[in-house]
Amino acid sequence: MTDTFAPTTRFAVPGRIAVSNRAAAVWQTATLTEIRRETPHASTFRFAVPGWSGHLAGQHLMLRLRAEDGYVAQRHYSIASHPDDTGHVELTLDHVEGGEVSGWFHTVAAPGDTVEVRGPLSGFFAWPGDRPALLLGAGSGVVPLMSMLRQHRARRLSVPLRLVVSARGPEELIYAREYGAETTTVFTRTAPQGVPVGRMAAAHVAPLLAEQPPGGWEAYVCGSNGFAEHASRLLVEAGQPVDRIRIERFG
Amino acid sequence: MHVTRGFTGRPRVPDAGLPPGQYDAGDDWPVLSAEVTPDLAPTDWTFRVDGLVEEPRTWNWTQAHELPASAYEGDIHCVTSWSKFGVRFGGVSLDAFLDVVRPHASATHVVAYSHTGYTTNLPLSDVTGGRAWIAWEYDGRPLPAEHGGPARLLVPHLYFWKSAKWIAGLRLLDHDEPGFWEQNGYHARGNPWEEQRYSGD
Repeated sequence: MTDTFAPTTRFAVPGRIAVSNRAAAVWQTATLTEIRRETPHASTFRFAVPGWSGHLAGQHLMLRLRAEDGYVAQRHYSIASHPDDTGHVELTLDHVEGGEVSGWFHTVAAPGDTVEVRGPLSGFFAWPGDRPALLLGAGSGVVPLMSMLRQHRARRLSVPLRLVVSARGPEELIYAREYGAETTTVFTRTAPQGVPVGRMAAAHVAPLLAEQPPGGWEAYVCGSNGFAEHASRLLVEAGQPVDRIRIERFG
Repeated sequence: MHVTRGFTGRPRVPDAGLPPGQYDAGDDWPVLSAEVTPDLAPTDWTFRVDGLVEEPRTWNWTQAHELPASAYEGDIHCVTSWSKFGVRFGGVSLDAFLDVVRPHASATHVVAYSHTGYTTNLPLSDVTGGRAWIAWEYDGRPLPAEHGGPARLLVPHLYFWKSAKWIAGLRLLDHDEPGFWEQNGYHARGNPWEEQRYSGD
């Protein structure tokens, strides 16, 4: 039996793109060129990576730091910048309590410092910009979704894109100045006067599925596991097919 | 590899159980599935083994529990860099299922697939000889749905994406056939001790 195997069960979410394995295998030097504060707990770090092969919105990279005694710490981070920002990548990192890598970025790192990166990695969560995109994110889960939104704008794409982004409050909303009419913000703890406070709900998601474009949405969900479980359930209950929901969870 | 200015890292705790590039996640057990967690009751769960076998067979929840119980106590390693020490899973050794279906001599690989449609590929030799389980208990309790319950594949000596959640079946093949993450740039085998994270590692 040598025929191609396909499971008898429903296929969840087929991969979208061919990934360059050669680019993913090579560690490259990334030079920090700029740090921009986004919120009290998150900043954007811009790097020059001259040999960067390019990426698709939604992909991530692996980053490593090395101590003098040879100790190495490596982490996966979603890429925030859009694919046409040639030779550069931007990462937006939360300052994780006790985090050895995010702690270094938030307390030590300065322009001119160098780190090492490999990527882009994984095609599963990538959005090539071809199909209507419905994006649900919470906290720093908005980072790969912002790469998609930036690409949508930079290339003046006509394909529909909608973003629902959740944050604890306005001061915790990453990229607050960049959202436009495509975005709905949800505040879970504090909100400006007259704006409701609460969890992302069917009322935010159902109207977007009611007005879905021909061929339907590709849904992308990114955030903590708790948020991902909640948001993906909202999508399913509103009628989004499970095999057109991609989920990226922190961890 | 160059030294990062001013980076010291967390305190060094020499640990022979930690594969290269991994850190100890402690009590955390991150959930990293790429799909919607299915609403799957034990009574709806089935597990099938077919392909290059003498006698293809499907087990339901009750039938699977009639096989001899087997436990795994040890460590697990996720490709995203966390490892978790001293976990306890309960279930049945995959050998017990394979003994019933009797693999052909020509079988070299398996594709494990989930009730969601997730797939992952493994050499047959990595899921035989007491190194793989169908697990339905974690720490003495039913395996939570977000961690693959009612039952998941458990292959703890490989990166954990190989341990397919919501396991639905294994198909035995005479060749390797890339699964879901393997088609998305991840390594065909995923041995954490050789840091086989991505294709080309």
